[in-house]
Amino acid sequence: MRKVKIYITLKEGVLDPQGKAVQHSLHSLEYKNVGEVRIGKYMEVMLEDEDNIEQQVEKMCDQLLANPVIEDYSYTIEEVV
Amino acid sequence: MKFAVVVFPGSNCDRDMAFAITEALGQEADLVWYQEANLSDYDGILLPGGFSYGDYLRSGAIASTSGVIEQIRQAAEHGKPVLGVCNGFQVLLEMGLLPGAMLPNKNLKFMCHDETLIVENNKTLFTDFYQVKEEISIPIAHGDGNYYCDEATYQTLRDNHQIAFTYAANPNGSVADIAGITNEQGNVLGMMPHPERAVDALVGSEDGLRLFQSILTHWRNNHAINA
Repeated sequence: MRKVKIYITLKEGVLDPQGKAVQHSLHSLEYKNVGEVRIGKYMEVMLEDEDNIEQQVEKMCDQLLANPVIEDYSYTIEEVV
Repeated sequence: MKFAVVVFPGSNCDRDMAFAITEALGQEADLVWYQEANLSDYDGILLPGGFSYGDYLRSGAIASTSGVIEQIRQAAEHGKPVLGVCNGFQVLLEMGLLPGAMLPNKNLKFMCHDETLIVENNKTLFTDFYQVKEEISIPIAHGDGNYYCDEATYQTLRDNHQIAFTYAANPNGSVADIAGITNEQGNVLGMMPHPERAVDALVGSEDGLRLFQSILTHWRNNHAINA
């Protein structure tokens, strides 16, 4: 088995209302050095090992897990023993 | 004219939509379960509001992978009118039938109230019962109604007159105040406000009724020509 860790983030330039709200909240806690906050998603997908696993993961991300209009994604693949 | 209202798990404006067609417009509407739907016999396809699949992952994303989507795509390609309202609009975006995507409302709140819309294009099969620049009152009810597209897509929407409705006072942060857009051919409309909830003065507005009357009149005209 492989554990795929997928990180989905809003594209640069896309407004992140949740990130903005958290940024304001951090400011109100007196963390004055806080700049922009961006909120994304983290997913773990367990996959049976196959040769084309990277292509598969990218296809999953493009088809469903991320919305390419507003989101970017990156991933790592780990061996599970 | 016979309409299909496609029901997904989590749709909750399906009956309002059917009511608008049967009671206000006086035409036929079937509620069709997404797994059993055969859309080939219908003259128009309606995707209602609600929370398909609980809005898991992203609003409309999971519904956009279901089996009925291919039939909706084909209906659109054959020129049938396809109207997606609220979650239905989100499904149309996620399936790529309309350009752009939805973000959470700028103020992060679920909003449910009447909004004033401006009719930007009255030369579509959905809007020709309105005057251009006419202001109409239609309710909204959404948490993810902040329409986003990049600059190039916006220019295309503008150049092709695909922006059907804008908000007079943008409630959610949508790009260029956009409330509803059509595809390039003009037979697919997605909009966040709910015209089906504005078909009787008793509930505050009947400005939504003319949208359905426009669809019907176009269909009748086409039907008469083809007959």
